[in-house]
Amino acid sequence: MKSLIAAACACTAAFFAATAVALGADADRGQQLWESRCFGCHGLDGDRVGPRHRGVVGRKAGSVPGYAYSAALKGATVVWDAKSLDAWLTNPQAFLPGQKMNVRVNAAEDRADIIAYLAKESAKR
Amino acid sequence: MNTSLIKISNSAIATSRRALFSGAGQATLSASAVALLVGCESMAQGQRTTAQAGASDVNILNVALALEHEAITAYQLGAESGLLQPAVLKVAVGFQSHHKEHRDALIATIRKMGGTPVGEKSKADVARDLNAATLKNQADVLRLAARLERGAANAYLGVIPSFGDRALAQVAGRLAADETMHWTALAGALAEALPQKALSFGA
Repeated sequence: MKSLIAAACACTAAFFAATAVALGADADRGQQLWESRCFGCHGLDGDRVGPRHRGVVGRKAGSVPGYAYSAALKGATVVWDAKSLDAWLTNPQAFLPGQKMNVRVNAAEDRADIIAYLAKESAKR
Repeated sequence: MNTSLIKISNSAIATSRRALFSGAGQATLSASAVALLVGCESMAQGQRTTAQAGASDVNILNVALALEHEAITAYQLGAESGLLQPAVLKVAVGFQSHHKEHRDALIATIRKMGGTPVGEKSKADVARDLNAATLKNQADVLRLAARLERGAANAYLGVIPSFGDRALAQVAGRLAADETMHWTALAGALAEALPQKALSFGA
């Protein structure tokens, strides 16, 4: 029972943490930022230099079939949500040493808007 | 797609071809490749970086190489599409040659650092992943090229803080400058407005 309560608390905390990042985020601006900052390597539906982005929110890291992930991402247990994506985009190498993306998005507002766009597109699966 | 927009864009392409073409022939391409290798030599000769930082730098360079592979194939798809006017085709092939120089320099650098360069994807795979079947005219091809060039420029700018070797960070800046030059020419050919505000790249 205690473990169930602890798990529920952890889930609630994760939910509020994720929501806090996304509050006030602008998915339309996020789309423009995604086009400018992410499209160089990522598509929504095709795996290019990086893996496809549609569906990334809620997806286990390193789990797109057929994409050649780094060993670091293959072995990661994280499930992408607003909080983990924010940490990833802030500094991928600090978040998961050995990954290969390395592109950083410095402004918190930009990260939040990009994540809001990714969440919106992920819901269209 | 809005057909009037296509007509306008195609007209703009036609009227701007001369400027686009005259600019392309003046590029000096070998300097960046040589500089990249010089930077690599300095690292190979003992710049103080940790093995972990070096491995991370190789990872970044391999992502850059994958970008260059994709750009080369994308321009090849455009060149073989039959959608480009001869003068525009010539410019596209010129830009592709820049990417080939980037590719060759990156491969040499990765090897000198002890890494294994990533290979290229098949043309069919790149066409699928870029949804190339939807390209119906010259403007479509140039818009895709512009999107890729801007994305590449921003990717190079975005990895600069991650390099352990500052010489490689400078190289990323130089690669970004090349991609930005390509984007600017393509945007001009498409009669697209330039950014109203400063610092529009990398942010």
